[in-house]
Amino acid sequence: MSALRRDSLGYTVGFAALVCLVCAIPIAGAAVLLRPTQSENRRVDRLGKVLEIAGLMSTTGKLSRREILERFAANITPRVVDMKTGVYVDSVDAISYDQRAASRDPEQSEKAIENDARVLRVPRRGLVYEVKDSGTVKLLIIPIQGYGLWSTMYGYIALNADASTVSGITFYEHGETPGLGGEIENPRWQARWKGRVVFDDSSRVVLRVVKAATGPAATDPHRIEGISGSTITSRGVSNTVQFWLGPNGFGPYLDRFRNTPGRRTP
Amino acid sequence: MFDKQTKATLLDPLLDENPIGRQVLGICSALAVTTMLSTSMVMALAVTGVLIASNVSISLIRNWIPSSIRIIVQLTIISSMVIVTDQLLKAYSYTVSKQLSVFVGLIITNCILMGRAEAFAMQNGPKASFFDAIGNGGGYSIVLLLVAAIRELLGSGRFFGLKVLPLVTDGGWYQPNGLMVLSPAAFFLIGGLIWALRTWKPAQREQEATVHIESPAHDVAIAVSPHPAHKRAA
Repeated sequence: MSALRRDSLGYTVGFAALVCLVCAIPIAGAAVLLRPTQSENRRVDRLGKVLEIAGLMSTTGKLSRREILERFAANITPRVVDMKTGVYVDSVDAISYDQRAASRDPEQSEKAIENDARVLRVPRRGLVYEVKDSGTVKLLIIPIQGYGLWSTMYGYIALNADASTVSGITFYEHGETPGLGGEIENPRWQARWKGRVVFDDSSRVVLRVVKAATGPAATDPHRIEGISGSTITSRGVSNTVQFWLGPNGFGPYLDRFRNTPGRRTP
Repeated sequence: MFDKQTKATLLDPLLDENPIGRQVLGICSALAVTTMLSTSMVMALAVTGVLIASNVSISLIRNWIPSSIRIIVQLTIISSMVIVTDQLLKAYSYTVSKQLSVFVGLIITNCILMGRAEAFAMQNGPKASFFDAIGNGGGYSIVLLLVAAIRELLGSGRFFGLKVLPLVTDGGWYQPNGLMVLSPAAFFLIGGLIWALRTWKPAQREQEATVHIESPAHDVAIAVSPHPAHKRAA
């Protein structure tokens, strides 16, 4: 092949197109063939995070996939709740209910009122996890999602049986900058949430992330020190928590839970 | 078993022509992923794997690549392979892929891959390119693992996740060096390593007088290399 032909416009364009086509095959193949395994990995990872904030798995000693699923099934009860009234909806199978899929389905969700967490749609039914200890519920694990700097952050916040004191927070999916906003995954930052109180005496959400040094939970119960270098992500986490624990999120469920202690023992 | 040329292609990059130590390529990932040996190991394997695949395939089609678009063709091939690697990690090694996060995707921008494609695979046959990739991948891996071993040991008192030095926080005697878990530590370590290497082998020092600086540092390193493999075919 002569050098002249190899540098001709037609050859160059044709070659580029061919390279793209050939390269697309393995990429598309890998994406399609590996998707089921990947989404199963993500699901198990998410359940592992729930176990972590439920205090059923240490953050260092990792469990195998089977152990995670077994421990989850043995200790954690998923419950579907009506977001507006806060009542349990037992007609829906909580094991297979997917709140994120429901939020995308126009039949099962509605447009959210304008909010700082930039939540667009709220499902009619939410999925909470209840952790029981000898018959009584000891922890409520509430799903949260909201916008940080670049991405929607998905996570859980765990509340004690008073439905107000934070036991832990975790994020299982986000696209924040690693090392900056990505530090919302840092266990040491997450530990600052423990013991803080979400509601004031009139059931308003007063917990927030602030750009200031804060005291220990006992003396400074409603503020959490934000992450330095991640003002917008920290603010996003604050807005997210406020939205989902507030009246347009799981507020009705939490109110109901708090005011009917008899329901703690099913 | 190997002729002299093959042996040189394979072994030179381990020490004399080390991609990090001598050519100063691939520094970015060496700074980022070396806090723990396990992540560094996966990163080293991933880079070596992608390097082998990209070097061989670029070498196979080198005579048909139009020179005006050769860089973008190399990048297309490299990025395809990186995406496939990333997908495989997400499917079969999920926790590690989460720890490496964006850095797997950033293998695309690892200068070693394009450096070897442009400097070696474009001029040499697939067999030589294969050995060149193994050699350079190996050289990269050695430095990565060395830096990670030091950082993990001094920064968190562990070796491959196993406790070696009992930490003060766990009731032991070792006060971990906080600097070691931060990226600048890798910068100091690699800097020290390059210094030591060039003191031991003065031939690795660059002759400043002959360097013609007009492009980023990694291009210069290729251009002034005395090794025959780097000489561009006229």
